[in-house]
Parts: sequence; structure tokens; C-alpha cells
Amino acid sequence: MSVLVYTENWDGKFKKLSFELVSYASGVAKMLNTTVTAISIGKVEESELSKLGNYGAGKIISVNSEKLLTFDSQAYTSVLSDISLNENASVIIISNNNSGKAIAPRLSVRLKAGVGSGVSKLPLSLNPFTVYKRTYSGNAFAHLVIKSEIKILTLAQNSFDLVETGTNTKIENLDITVDGSLLKTVVKDVQKQSGKILLNDADIVVSGGRGMKSPDNWPPLVELATLLGGATACSRPVSDEGWRPHEEHTGQTGKIIAPNLYIAVGISGATQHLAGISASKYIVAINSDKDAPIFEAAQYGIVGDAMKVLPKLVEAVKEIKK
Amino acid sequence: MKILVCISNVPDTTTKIKFAEGNTSIDTAGIQWVINPWDELSLTRALELKDDAANGIKSVTVIHVGPATAEPTIRKALAIGADDAIRVNAVSSDASFVAAQIAEVVRKEQFDIIMCGIESSDYNGSMVGGMISELLGIPSVSAISGIKFENGQPVMIREIDGGKEVVTVPSPFVAIVQKGIAKEPRIAAMRGIMMARSKPVKVVEPVQTEPLTTIVEFEKPAARAACKYIDAENPAQLLELLQNEAKVI
Repeated sequence: MSVLVYTENWDGKFKKLSFELVSYASGVAKMLNTTVTAISIGKVEESELSKLGNYGAGKIISVNSEKLLTFDSQAYTSVLSDISLNENASVIIISNNNSGKAIAPRLSVRLKAGVGSGVSKLPLSLNPFTVYKRTYSGNAFAHLVIKSEIKILTLAQNSFDLVETGTNTKIENLDITVDGSLLKTVVKDVQKQSGKILLNDADIVVSGGRGMKSPDNWPPLVELATLLGGATACSRPVSDEGWRPHEEHTGQTGKIIAPNLYIAVGISGATQHLAGISASKYIVAINSDKDAPIFEAAQYGIVGDAMKVLPKLVEAVKEIKK
Repeated sequence: MKILVCISNVPDTTTKIKFAEGNTSIDTAGIQWVINPWDELSLTRALELKDDAANGIKSVTVIHVGPATAEPTIRKALAIGADDAIRVNAVSSDASFVAAQIAEVVRKEQFDIIMCGIESSDYNGSMVGGMISELLGIPSVSAISGIKFENGQPVMIREIDGGKEVVTVPSPFVAIVQKGIAKEPRIAAMRGIMMARSKPVKVVEPVQTEPLTTIVEFEKPAARAACKYIDAENPAQLLELLQNEAKVI
């Protein structure tokens, strides 16, 4: 019996998300009195792999096959499923990000394993195996009992603190035969954002709504985000109007984020918007309407015109950066 | 080419969720039921693809797993423009149950593209599309924000962490769609509503399958502390609180 965790890498590097997953897996393993095995797929150097040990991975299985350069959920699932069975995994931890959402359901079918998706806390109990899971877009949380022998949990990003344990770890390079007939995804083109902090990874997010009045008014908002080392986001009407790219849309049908700090500028706080940001640790609202529902979700609020408040806020941040 | 669009019947997204039966279920009194937002966008895109005759799409069928009370939502999908509908007559218990039902229908009826929303706004599971594809042993492309036809072949935009990829897979496949797939959901016109009344809704009985999970209790999200207001003339005070009280900057 072991806890298995799939750690994704980006061009051979792990990021906070990967360490969060291993920290969470360690927490689950401790409850079950067992060990953590981490799986990495792709070309990752030993020095990078060994970082997973800091968060409690006792064993790291590294799979580096030319055939797995393109993400194909069928092929990845087949690899993870084989390793899960070999390792006698009882709980499998995967991120709730896009690739996790592609792999977890397939793995569930293969292993007849129930899934607790979007968990943000350690299991509530082991017997029955009960997890705490977001439902109704954050308006309710469910206690979900997983009845199958093997359990799959997908972890919501930025929901679990990193825990350094400094475990002794061993790295195993696994030569695995990938069934070529499963590789059906052909990638014809890739466009990557570079040099920008990704919205899902950002600790600080500054977000604008219709109260920003025009796409031309964004520079002070972007400057604030840059000064704070954060990312920019927007509400749905803003992306629907084409004022900002749709990748920035946070809300029920857009991105679901959980930064440490979310600054909502000129956003009224419709239920659908709150669904995407309610897991933020702190919310700041800047809005000219004192009755806007965003103030009910916020811990700190400024009632005022965004166009007047933002430049002052930018100046104040520059002042403390000195 | 035939497209199947999977639709979920969910509470309107502005619903204030209340619990019933000792917090073990949702109080459905007064809830307005709608097509899951991502599924509505999927359906819209499927219909747009069909509108262009060059794409050679013969039909767009919607499928729903649910009891007869979901009929108004199915009729709405038909009013928007779906050609016909299939309802698997069962109260869904979990994603594995729903996926098993849809996979069974696809095995019998053959579709080339199966479209699923990336999640439903009620259980937020993101599971059904992936499960269907694994049950059928066919490819899936997840988190797609675009689909079009080039030389008779579907080409998709897949959203990855920090970018996009243009991908193709052979048919049949499952397209798991996210926001961006269509600009805005299509709205039913009066003519569509009239026509929907006579469009066929086939009711099929479920296959037996054991759900793998069950919800035993609901709880409300933890309440947040009341908002502290800062003078608009003095935003430095906000920074002071963020630095020393919240410790987030």
C-alpha cells in the first residue's frame, strides 16, 4: 500500500503546484501510515527530481520516453495505471488543473477508483474514506465518501500549504513500454505565453471589471499587478467585450483561482464571479458602489472611483518599495 | 458526421443554495433549472458547425441522464436547435454512473464527436467526458476553447498551463470544452420553441452500474470576516493592513 502522486513538470522544472501535491500526498500518507511515491513523466534532471523529496516523496519514479513528449491523456493514463498497480497504490493524488482533469477520469475507469475532485483539505476520515470537496461552484462543500478500494483525489491549486519534511528519497528511472496505438493526439502548433506570471500560479491577482469603464484605463491596474509581482485578471463582461483576453476571465465559467490576495477593481461581485475567486485567502474590493456585493466577500474595501483610487494606490506601493 | 452533446441539468447559476434532509441534499424548492453553462456553449458551437454545410454535419443530438422532470431543459436544447434528444431515465448518482450510461448509448448509436462541458456547475467534478472516452477506448481532447473543420477534419485549440496548442485526433473522439468554444450561448427563437415541441426525445432505460462515490453531507462555506473599510483618499492604509495584518504583500 502506498500513496502515489503524479507531479507534472514544465520544460523539466517543477513549480509550486508540484510541491503542493507532494505535501498533500505526504499528509494523506501520514494518516494511512504509509509512504509516498511520486511519478514524474518527461525529461527532468536528478537535481530537480530530488526536490520532491523535500516535501516527503520517499521514492520518485521518473519516466522519460520520447513517446510521451506530447500530452495524450490515453497514453499518460496507461503509464500511470501500470505504475499504480505495480506500486499497490491505495490513494492517487493528481492536480485539478487541465491535465489532471484529463487524466483522473480515465484512471478512474481503468482502476475502478472513485474520484474526489477539487479537494482542498486532507480527508475528513479514513473509514469510511471521506473527503471535503467544492460543489455548487463554491456555494457549498460536500463530504464525499469514496467507496472503491483505490481512491483518486484531485487537489485544488493553491489550497494546501507546502510542508518541508526532508525525507530520504531514492530516484528510480523506469523504462516503460508505451503502447504506440494509444498516441493519437497530434499537436500542430503551440503558442506559449512567456515571461508572464500565470494567473493560476500567482500569489497576488489584480482584477478589473466593468467599473474600469474602458480598455484604455487598464495601465494603472497592470502597473499595480507588476509592482506587487502579481498577475492580472478580469470579470466576464470585460472579456466578453474583448477589453481583455479570455484567459484572464475569472469566475464560474472562466478560471477558478485561489491566490493569497485578490484585488477586485470595479467588479460588483456577481455570484458567478465570486464562484471563481471565493477561495482567495484575502479579497480587497475597490468599487464606487458601497452596496456592491463584492464588499460582502471582501476583508478590505475602498469605496471610491477606481480611476482615482488606482493611481494613488500605485504611488503608495512605489513608496513602500523604496 | 454526427455530433452528440452531453447536457447536464443544473440550478441557475445565481441560485442561493439551501440544504434539506439534515444537510444531506439540496433543497430544490423554487430552483430554476438550466442547461449547464459549458454544455450550453458546447451545443451552440455544435450548431454553428452544423450551420456550415461544408463541414458535413448531419445531425446534432443532445443526451441527458436524468428523470422526466428534466424534460424542460431538454426541450430548451431542442429549441436552441438540436435535432433530437436522448434521455436516459435515471436519477444520476455520480460521474461514473452518468458516464456509463452515455457510453452505452454511444456504443449503440455511433457518434463521431461527443462534446462534454469541462465541468458541471453543481458537482464541479470534471469527470464525465474523460470517463466516457476511457470506457469507449477512444481519444479525448480536454480543455478545448476552439473547434473548427479543416479539410473535413476537426481541429481544436487545447488550453494548456500557460498557452495553447492546436491539436487533432482521429474520430470518434470526446471533445471536453471550456469557455471560449462559442462566444455566447445561442438563444431559442419563437420558431425554435414551436419546433422543439415536435422533435423526438427518445427515452432509454439505464444500464446497471454501481456508483463509486456518494455525498453524505453538505456544508456552507466558512463565513468571512466583515469588510474593513479604508478611506479612498488614503490607500497607503490598505497597504499597511495587507503588510502587517494579512501579511500577504
